[in-house]
Amino acid sequence: MGIDALKRSLWVFHVNAGSCNGCDIEIVAALTPRYDVERFGIKLVGTPRHADVLLVTGPVTRQMKDKLLRVYEQTPEPKLVVVVGNCGSTCGVFYESYNIEGPVDKLIPVDVYVHGCPPRPEAIIEGIAKAWAKLEKTKVKK
Amino acid sequence: MTPIFIVNAFGLMLLAILIALILNGVERKVVARMQSRIGPPILQPIIDIKKLLMKENIVPETAVKWVFNTMPFVAISTALVFFLYVPFAGQNALLKNQGDLILVLYLLVIPPLALAIGGFASGSNFASIGAQRELVLMLSYEFVLATIVFSLSWLYSVTTPNMPVFSVDLEARPSPWLIVGPFGTVGILLLLITSLAVMPAKAGKLPHDMSEAKTEIADGALAEYSGLNLALLYITQALRTFGFATFIVFLFFPCNIEQFFGFDPFFLPIFNFFFFLAKVFAVMFCSVFIVSAVTARFRIDQASAFYIFTIFTISLFGLLLLILDFFIGGQLYALFG
Ligand code: SF4
Repeated sequence: MGIDALKRSLWVFHVNAGSCNGCDIEIVAALTPRYDVERFGIKLVGTPRHADVLLVTGPVTRQMKDKLLRVYEQTPEPKLVVVVGNCGSTCGVFYESYNIEGPVDKLIPVDVYVHGCPPRPEAIIEGIAKAWAKLEKTKVKK
Repeated sequence: MTPIFIVNAFGLMLLAILIALILNGVERKVVARMQSRIGPPILQPIIDIKKLLMKENIVPETAVKWVFNTMPFVAISTALVFFLYVPFAGQNALLKNQGDLILVLYLLVIPPLALAIGGFASGSNFASIGAQRELVLMLSYEFVLATIVFSLSWLYSVTTPNMPVFSVDLEARPSPWLIVGPFGTVGILLLLITSLAVMPAKAGKLPHDMSEAKTEIADGALAEYSGLNLALLYITQALRTFGFATFIVFLFFPCNIEQFFGFDPFFLPIFNFFFFLAKVFAVMFCSVFIVSAVTARFRIDQASAFYIFTIFTISLFGLLLLILDFFIGGQLYALFG
């Protein structure tokens, strides 16, 4: 019962782990009338305690490392992590910078990577849909 | 406490939850349409609740655990008990002889209070800021609410001698518009406007949602709640909105549909039910849907000043006009023929 409800009601918390703000703007763009993710029940929430999905952007700077881990632990199970943008997946343009602790999957388990610098809102929506599909597969295996 | 009463009460509470959640869905849909979005399906809040019930329920280490865990139950149970005391769907309240308007006013206060206490107990800075704002806001608008209730009660006490003025009995209560002259009508209109202005704050909606401002203080008092507790508080918020709308409908539009059209007595409860829903929808449309679609958030001091000065003054004017209408209205109207 529950997992099905998750499909129609994904609450998303956005963690900015040192992103350049490009990805963040694209995430906000997904909420605008043009893309309107609320029609799929996807909602941006203000605290990780309410979240089902963590959208992580940015290459994880040294300052943000502890905070990212903490936010991950604060999110109640079942949870998904979606990395948005090349920075989060590979460190992108910040590759091998002196102050980078990332990419994200070095620190927390990541379910879906959305590529692009920045990715289009369609790609972000697809990424969240894929994350949900992945959750459903694990349910079938059990 | 007969078994039949318990069954009725449970049925009523379930119905209230269902209607409150669906109205919440309607609200999200209407607001989305106003912003030219498609919006979520109307049953979205029910899906959200189902999802929240299967999520992990985290209690933070810094929280005062028993307060943190009991407050959601206190909030939802008082929000539900409220519906046993106000007339619902054109029918008299189940406990109409046990309660009165003063009790109803108190029942309206407890859910936000419980939410604030839960916020303080959760040991998070965001939550305590949210709780403080909730309390400040409450202190500002309760004054106005009391003025509205007491003005109307005074009106009944002078015009309808045999009526217990604070009673919540639907039959004993004539529509307030019918028992006043022109001055009084304006007075009641002012009171109605003030009560509609209190509505967003009672419901925690824009522009008065500073206590759970998600973009600045991480959902305020709700910040640390998750899973079951959050689901209960979510339902409570929906019930608060619906409950206060019911209250406004009861104060200002207590009339039933049979006063306008004749209907087969067998179907009358059904028609009354839909008439009641239409009234609640109208109240919520004017005070929540439109307002929250077009406004931005007030700061807490602005909201507080808004209620204490502007809205309170308007409600006092309403009371003044009612008094004028009663004492010198007759002579004035005679003067102008
Ligand atoms: S992926 Fe590109 S747009 Fe996104 S944070 Fe990195 S540099 Fe900015």
